[in-house]
Amino acid sequence: MTPAIELIGIDKRFGAVHANNDVSLSIAKSSIHGIIGENGAGKSTLMSILFGFYAADKGEIKVQGKTVKVNSSTDAIALGIGMVHQHFMLVDPFTVLENVILGAEGGALIGPALAKARAELKRLADEYELDVDPDAIVGELPVGLQQRVEILKALYKGADVLILDEPTGVLTPDEADHLFRILQQLRNQGKTVILITHKLREIMAITDHVSVMRRGEMVATKETAKTSLEELAELMVGRRVLMHVEKGAAHPGEVVLDVKNLVWRDRKGTPRVDGVSFQVRKGEIVGIAGVSGNGQSELLDVITGIAKATSGTVLFEGEDITDLNDPSILRRRGMAHVPEDRQHRGLITSFSAAESAILGWQNDAGLGRSYHLNRNAVIERCRKQMEEFDVRPADPLLKSSKFSGGNQQKLILAREIGSNPDLLIVGQPTRGVDIGAIEFIHKRLIHLRDMGKAILLVSVELDEIRSLSDRILVMFAGRVMGERGPDADERELGLLMAGVVKDAA
Amino acid sequence: MDLSIFLEILSSTMRMSVPLILACLAGLWSERSGIVDIGLEGKMLAGAFAAAAAASYFQSPWMGLFFAIIISLLMSLVHGYASITQRGNQVVSGVAINMLAAGLTVVIGNSWYKQGGRTPALDDLTRFMPIDFPGRASLFSIPVFGPISKIFLDHSILTYLAFAMVPLSAWALAKTRFGLRLRAVGENPHAVDTAGISVARLRYQAVIIAGILCGIAGTYLSTSLSAGFVRDMTAGRGYLALTALIFSNWRAWPALYACLLFGFLQAIANFLQGVHFFGLEIPVQFFNALPYVMTVILLAGFIGKSVPPRASGIPYTKDR
Repeated sequence: MTPAIELIGIDKRFGAVHANNDVSLSIAKSSIHGIIGENGAGKSTLMSILFGFYAADKGEIKVQGKTVKVNSSTDAIALGIGMVHQHFMLVDPFTVLENVILGAEGGALIGPALAKARAELKRLADEYELDVDPDAIVGELPVGLQQRVEILKALYKGADVLILDEPTGVLTPDEADHLFRILQQLRNQGKTVILITHKLREIMAITDHVSVMRRGEMVATKETAKTSLEELAELMVGRRVLMHVEKGAAHPGEVVLDVKNLVWRDRKGTPRVDGVSFQVRKGEIVGIAGVSGNGQSELLDVITGIAKATSGTVLFEGEDITDLNDPSILRRRGMAHVPEDRQHRGLITSFSAAESAILGWQNDAGLGRSYHLNRNAVIERCRKQMEEFDVRPADPLLKSSKFSGGNQQKLILAREIGSNPDLLIVGQPTRGVDIGAIEFIHKRLIHLRDMGKAILLVSVELDEIRSLSDRILVMFAGRVMGERGPDADERELGLLMAGVVKDAA
Repeated sequence: MDLSIFLEILSSTMRMSVPLILACLAGLWSERSGIVDIGLEGKMLAGAFAAAAAASYFQSPWMGLFFAIIISLLMSLVHGYASITQRGNQVVSGVAINMLAAGLTVVIGNSWYKQGGRTPALDDLTRFMPIDFPGRASLFSIPVFGPISKIFLDHSILTYLAFAMVPLSAWALAKTRFGLRLRAVGENPHAVDTAGISVARLRYQAVIIAGILCGIAGTYLSTSLSAGFVRDMTAGRGYLALTALIFSNWRAWPALYACLLFGFLQAIANFLQGVHFFGLEIPVQFFNALPYVMTVILLAGFIGKSVPPRASGIPYTKDR
């Protein structure tokens, strides 16, 4: 059978970066084909070339056995290729229907297209479990439904090949399962699905074939049934990776952080953190799981003194710090904070690494006197941190923005851990970080715990929460839905994340 | 105040609203596509000058209209080139156009006509005069009904064109393919690009529409509302139109109401010059400032938040 898509010798450079190096790939019709690789491995570039977003420097694209030129998204759509981007390409104030017909209006007036799309959406909804209200305003839909709109858009335009770029990053486990059912139905109806992801378990769960990319090259293509998590991970990183963090039992000591009935309301008066209570002890990692946007960020802001609590108390080492809205004082008292949004809050991307590495500690005695910073001391401190945390490239004068996500995160961790804190608050420690660096960061966090430090971890990656935490709290709509041990059932945690408490009744 | 003055004010409201409506719709088309257009004032001013100069040279208001549109369009394309092709700062480009127009009209006018920046006065044949339909004089002389009908019927073709542009714009934006794409590109150009539609082409089209409308607005100022060009004759109407645009939340029908309201305030200001209240003379600046004050107050408390198109003012780049 002719493959649905064939890429032969695709080559693409962005300046000095060789994003795709002689990449070849063949994708069978009516199959789900996974493409995995670390960040920057070239997966997205390759798919952008297939979708006509970038032009390849060299190489050939065949669709249904015929050599084609894909110079624009229009060409790709005409060839029956549809793409669901990682960041949705939706017009928020538009209705679902308007979004679906955009670019496929079929005439100067949109009336007929709206009617046609309404009928077509109903058909697709029945066929693929793709239900969504055609008249809903897209911006008001939850992300899971927005993603469905993206899929509907592609199908409405007649896509036979559907590319999905990191589709599950924003979904709850339940929503992800639903998505997978949709994808399986699509395949059973003869559509071809290309799934780009860095989550190995998804690959194992749903794909028929999997291709691994590393540093712009296609390393291997395997039949999913004949490979394993460990093999894929090794192919991705180029060396053996420990998939599970090894850690001993926790030895919790005295309480370091004691949060009682904490409430934070936004300007509209909606409680975003709604009566949260928990404790973090020395020598343990407490993980907060939940789909992003359920109050975790606000909780961190209140604890770290960035936002002011509406009510409730926060005790840090026995002292009430609820109204002490001064992160610099908290930091000096031993509360370190690795913020969720590293690009905006963790460092200043236009600063050099050395400058970013002293943020918050710029008044340290070792770095200079009164209004004067000792440049050499700043650089020297950064150089030491880079060495200890294996930051690459180890150049303190390089702009912070030039480091990869993983290395930026290591810089921040080095800064925060370097101050020898009693409590480390970490938000999304490995978001957008490649597997090699994830392993490193996880090891450091466990190491810190074993040194008797208290760690509060917030992550939307359930796997991460489960492998690091000694206790797991699940947040939904600003509330803690429950506490579970590290060996908690994933399905159960998933239900809690969706706000369903099983044993409540 | 007797009735005839009141009717006069209403009639004047119609006339004062015309340039506001045209400029406001120009801004609407441009900003709905994501291109902020602070240069409405400059384009109108240059259009007004071109209209007066061409009307007097060719002895035809229609030639005036033609050249006004051409000049305004050229300035629009400069703005488009700076902000779409070169991805420059749209506010800077707009301000540059305003300054260019304010300076050039006076310099060129002085060098051509030597009348301190004025163009030669236009006679009735070279102006857009109120339409002279059969039975006009007798209709207007009917008691009560005559003066009332005069409010709506004593206007030039440009006035009706301006008012007709409102439903046309509203319909085109809501019901046509072009309108749908234009609204989309002002909200999320990435979505438009991935749908296989050219972002730059759509935005240029929007900017061209804005240029044409500003040209008509300028023509109205110098060949219908007045009889010739005077320096700075737009007198902030471009900014007032932008205010009306914010006021109307970037929608065509509310824009009409906002422009009528602002036109009404301008009309009152003209009629109440030198009027005394309790022995105090109310300065004309008070009325001129009223639209802005009202906008601030109403937006602050009464009609809620005004939400501009999300991508407006942001140059589009493919890279994510």
